[in-house]
Amino acid sequence: MKYNQVDTRGRSCPEPVLLTKKAIVQSPEGVQIIADDTTARDNITRFAKNSGYNVETVQQGADYVLTLTR
Amino acid sequence: MSIEKYNYTPKDIVNIIKIEIFPYLILVNLSNGMVFTEVTDIKWEGLVLNEKKGIIITGAIVGILATVLVKLGNPVNMGLCIVCFIRDTAGGLGLHRAGVVQYIRPEIIGMALGAFIIALISGDYHVRGGSAPFTRFILGIFVVIGSLMFLGCPLRMILRLAGGDLNALLGLTGFAIGIFIGVLFLNKGFSLKRTYKMQKSEGYMFPAVQLLFLLLLLIKPAFIFFSKEGPGASYAPVAIALAAGLIIGIGAQKTRLCMVGGIRDMIMFRDSHLISGFIAVFITALIGSLLIGTFKLGFEAQPVAHADGLWNFLGMVLCGCGAVMLGGCPMRQIILGAEGNIDSVITVMGMYVGAAFSHNFGLAASVSGPSSNGQIAVIVGLVVVLIIGFMNTDRSAEVKMKGDVKLEI
Repeated sequence: MKYNQVDTRGRSCPEPVLLTKKAIVQSPEGVQIIADDTTARDNITRFAKNSGYNVETVQQGADYVLTLTR
Repeated sequence: MSIEKYNYTPKDIVNIIKIEIFPYLILVNLSNGMVFTEVTDIKWEGLVLNEKKGIIITGAIVGILATVLVKLGNPVNMGLCIVCFIRDTAGGLGLHRAGVVQYIRPEIIGMALGAFIIALISGDYHVRGGSAPFTRFILGIFVVIGSLMFLGCPLRMILRLAGGDLNALLGLTGFAIGIFIGVLFLNKGFSLKRTYKMQKSEGYMFPAVQLLFLLLLLIKPAFIFFSKEGPGASYAPVAIALAAGLIIGIGAQKTRLCMVGGIRDMIMFRDSHLISGFIAVFITALIGSLLIGTFKLGFEAQPVAHADGLWNFLGMVLCGCGAVMLGGCPMRQIILGAEGNIDSVITVMGMYVGAAFSHNFGLAASVSGPSSNGQIAVIVGLVVVLIIGFMNTDRSAEVKMKGDVKLEI
């Protein structure tokens, strides 16, 4: 499986969630988000679940890769 | 502290006892005797802990401690006020010479140190910076100028409302409109761009400075100013104020409690997570002010407040809009700074400078109302914030997606 990827690393609140919102509008089937702090990780997770997506999070070094699928 | 028993059926897990001593969480699996301890933001596979509960508890603690601090000596409806306390600290350091508002406030020191320690322990300490630091510094100055026109940061706005000060309703309306303007910019592509990783030692400087302030407060050298009268001379005992700050710092770091985030997320994402903390502060502070007898409903003669509706409103428009661009309210900036966000440290430094300017140039309002210098400064601030908004909005920016591959399942 390959997903479009959005890099939200280093962005301050609420930009990671806003970028996620725009990304799922562009590719509603699923998208992969890279985040680099727990605040962004948790905010994206909460937003995605509220929007009806399943979230799978994998830690890669200092970053988190969140895969959002319907 | 709370103890709950879970009956959780899937797989092999049968009985779990959850013991919560904020912010620590202990899970005991009765089936195999395993004990699991963590701070409350842990998400254990299969056991989704309610994040919302944490933020409501933290909000409630903030409201309770604000009441306790007023009872023990802080100014009425000012148990906690980040901007006022930064202003008092700036005065204590002699950065301004307004004799009635000079005192090194231990609440701020406690919040910064509490957030720093818990971030270190729980692995949330990441040193980063470089996202438009000087723009943030300027925004920090104007957020304080706006707040000192209203006479309170967003947190004190809630506490004033909870104390029956109806002027805070105009402040709240302005605050919400300021946030709405900020959200318009965000939706159009406003961004102060990304931060970058920095060396660990950079992040130790901010808590070290707060520790130095604590030493100055305790040693009381002759060059530090302490108000003899006025709000600066009203304060709770140092140890209690410091402890309250530590508790709030820990809770706010874990739950990301933010006054501006609550309204912003409601507008942007219909997400009520952060605003539930905001409401919890209001409810407990309301009960608190009724219990200790400081509740007084009305507009006139409210403690450390003025009744000029228009300027209460405009001050908080400036504060709300600037805070959205900064990504959080003044309290949140202190917490983020303690977690290693150097841009937030720069913002907080801008807030000290803004507080000093406010009193050196006669910008801050007083109980008799706004000054004309202050009115000019708020208008200048609104113009500057709008210019910053336009300059940092990239209209052409679409979400950059890597790969641009169609989904294959």
